Amino acid sequence: MTISIDPQKTNNESLQPKGWLRYFSFSLDHKVIGIQYLVCGFLFYLIGGTLASAIRIELASPMSDFMPRDVYNQVLTLHGTIMIFLWIVPVVNGAFGNYLIPFYVGARDMAFPRLNAVAFWLIPPSGLMLVASYFVEGAAQAGWTAYPPLSITTPQSGQIIWILSVLLLGGSSIFGGINFIATIIKLRRPGLKLMQLPMYCWAMLGTSLLVVLSTPVLAGTLILLSFDIIANTGFFNPVLGGNVVVYQHLFWFYSHPAVYIMVLPAFGLVSEILPVHSRKPLFGYTTMVFSIMGIVVLGLVVWAHHMFTSGTPPWMRLFFTIATAFIAVPTGIKFFNWVATLWGGKISINSAMLFSCGFIINFVFGGITGVALAQVPFDIHVHDTYFVVAHFHYIVYGGTVFIIFSSIYHWFPKVTGKMLNEKLGILHFIITFIGFNLCFAPQHWLGLNGMPRRVAEYDPQFQLVNQISSLGALLMAISTIPFLINVFLSLRNGKDAGNNPWNALTPEWLTSSPPPVENWEGEAPLVEEPYGYGKAISEQK
Amino acid sequence: MLNKNIYLILIISLVFAISFWIGFNVNLLPAEASINAPIYDELFKILFIIGLIIFIGMTIAVIYSLFKFRKRNDQIGDGIALEGNLSLEIVWTIIPSIIVLLIGLYSYNIYDRMGGMKELNHNHEMMNSNTEKIWAGISQTSDNEIAINNLSIEVSAMQFAFLFNYPKGNFITGELHVPVDQKVSMKMESKDVIHAFWVPEFRIKQDIIPGQPTILNFTPTKVGKYPIICAELCGPYHGGMRASIIVEEESDYNEWFNKNKKPEVNL
Repeated sequence: MTISIDPQKTNNESLQPKGWLRYFSFSLDHKVIGIQYLVCGFLFYLIGGTLASAIRIELASPMSDFMPRDVYNQVLTLHGTIMIFLWIVPVVNGAFGNYLIPFYVGARDMAFPRLNAVAFWLIPPSGLMLVASYFVEGAAQAGWTAYPPLSITTPQSGQIIWILSVLLLGGSSIFGGINFIATIIKLRRPGLKLMQLPMYCWAMLGTSLLVVLSTPVLAGTLILLSFDIIANTGFFNPVLGGNVVVYQHLFWFYSHPAVYIMVLPAFGLVSEILPVHSRKPLFGYTTMVFSIMGIVVLGLVVWAHHMFTSGTPPWMRLFFTIATAFIAVPTGIKFFNWVATLWGGKISINSAMLFSCGFIINFVFGGITGVALAQVPFDIHVHDTYFVVAHFHYIVYGGTVFIIFSSIYHWFPKVTGKMLNEKLGILHFIITFIGFNLCFAPQHWLGLNGMPRRVAEYDPQFQLVNQISSLGALLMAISTIPFLINVFLSLRNGKDAGNNPWNALTPEWLTSSPPPVENWEGEAPLVEEPYGYGKAISEQK
Repeated sequence: MLNKNIYLILIISLVFAISFWIGFNVNLLPAEASINAPIYDELFKILFIIGLIIFIGMTIAVIYSLFKFRKRNDQIGDGIALEGNLSLEIVWTIIPSIIVLLIGLYSYNIYDRMGGMKELNHNHEMMNSNTEKIWAGISQTSDNEIAINNLSIEVSAMQFAFLFNYPKGNFITGELHVPVDQKVSMKMESKDVIHAFWVPEFRIKQDIIPGQPTILNFTPTKVGKYPIICAELCGPYHGGMRASIIVEEESDYNEWFNKNKKPEVNL
């Protein structure tokens, strides 16, 4: 397949606004769309973080005294929904995927640029709609899982807006997934083999397969749920003979793979960052590819481990225990390979590296509690408690969000041509790492000792530990300040980065920083060894 | 080379020693008050120790690499061009697989000892002519055993309370009383949304589902008062949806039961 520049597209681009205004336009440039995803996602992260702070303030005292109880349920529902559907999924897939994938496959843009722009522009309206639903009749208050019959019996307008918003976001995610698969498979530069692609391409290929296979199931389920709410149908409504457990099966058929939709791209990103900053090839490329695909396959058949305390027959509990625990094997391989990548390298200890290593430590911890949670007898005690809350925050915050920050420190010079300040970056890492662990580690104990999740009030014996957790949350909130200062200062007068400040070998660095609209002035380079560190010393230096 | 190996063995044994020490000396769990609890705590201890070994080992490996292999100011160039090592990859595929498999078998054993593998539906189908399908939580007894003793209790959950019906005594309470060391069987159903019945000290939990009865059996082993907690988001007052279970000596229980007992009303 040859790459040719579509003349119509070039015409369109000349009509589009230049400078900062293009970030508010229906731009078809994958780099602009990537930044749109990132900034939009970060704004929603700030909103979701504010909601998280409200939750931690409420939980600083055992009484429900900070906000009304139904508002508390709205806050926790919106916190979960915003963080998943408007921050992590769009940023780790949409932002980095759009920015990096065309570079990695040697293309000038994504396969379907207009679909790409549509996918992004679905996000701001549905996000705003979701936040605005709070001011109508109250936002959805059945949790991000929206289990019926609670979601059928709570105020309707909020729940319906929630469903509509998640449907649009799911649509955006499917459009993105199709686009990534097409780009990676069909737009590779001539001569570039699949097994020469940077690892993030494989991660995005696996993730996009999961998106395309499982998101439509969620969409169908939510449409049925909305029929139950609006049209009084009885798919899930037990009063009309519906079955509430069927909803849980359908919901988790998407929502467990959603965890991999959130972490697999992070696995890809960290595989790009570690080799560059430790000056070593990525250890075990082939096994890394197979473990990604192993996680994709296993990830589709583990959903019922969210339902061990629902109505589940014993054989099903056992099957899902074994399948879930086995995900630890391909995941473990990846972690051993990353440590082996560090081993014997010449490691630059900078913000990107620290956030990546923080990710390894946090994620290993979350993975261990994950294997424990997979065991039915273990899960039955801690299911729906703060133990689970702690576990999945170790995965999605300690894992994925740490990698989002690591990636921002790594690719900021690529996008802007300016360096971020290292001292502020390391300060950002230290506060985030301490705050995160202070916030979530004690929650394991809370869950084991009898504090259920999603409560506004709790047994007073848990007050001290909850206050420690809230203090950690305060540190996490504070940690965004040095980060924001760093970004704004560096944008204005950061140190000039040059084209390739890290001496990286992956294709996005083999052009100017920031890159030209068509990505390369001439032909796209053929990078056969994106991790060839240590081999071509003479060529580099 | 010999020295290096000695250090490695020393560090690994230290990691094991620390993990075992923490595993046996740090208690993260509440009191054990049912026959399930010590079985659960046994599994917890094993998982805790294995988890600690892996976590401490990985953390040491990462931090050691950051110090040992950090780039000094005078260094230029790259690290060694090591792209992989097949035998290492095989080792860290097979060893975790074996660990995961052993944990799975062991937790199957634990689950079986807790009574999780008892097929409850079968007996119910035989007893009830309408072949009502009932999903079961963990149970240590068969239905036949339950049928003999008096302790079958009907639990109904609603926003935001539990009600306990003692059919043998023809009364309903909001506080669950059971005698110590006797098997209790509960048939649970919800009136509105999904709730869950959780007693942390018993290490048991089962969802209470509208339109779908569930069964939960347990045997308390320690006299005392324990919280019953709703663990499934059920509405604004979810956090306040709690009740108590009072485990008493048999004589105390009988006294309480006879005091509340109402005569049968024949309709």
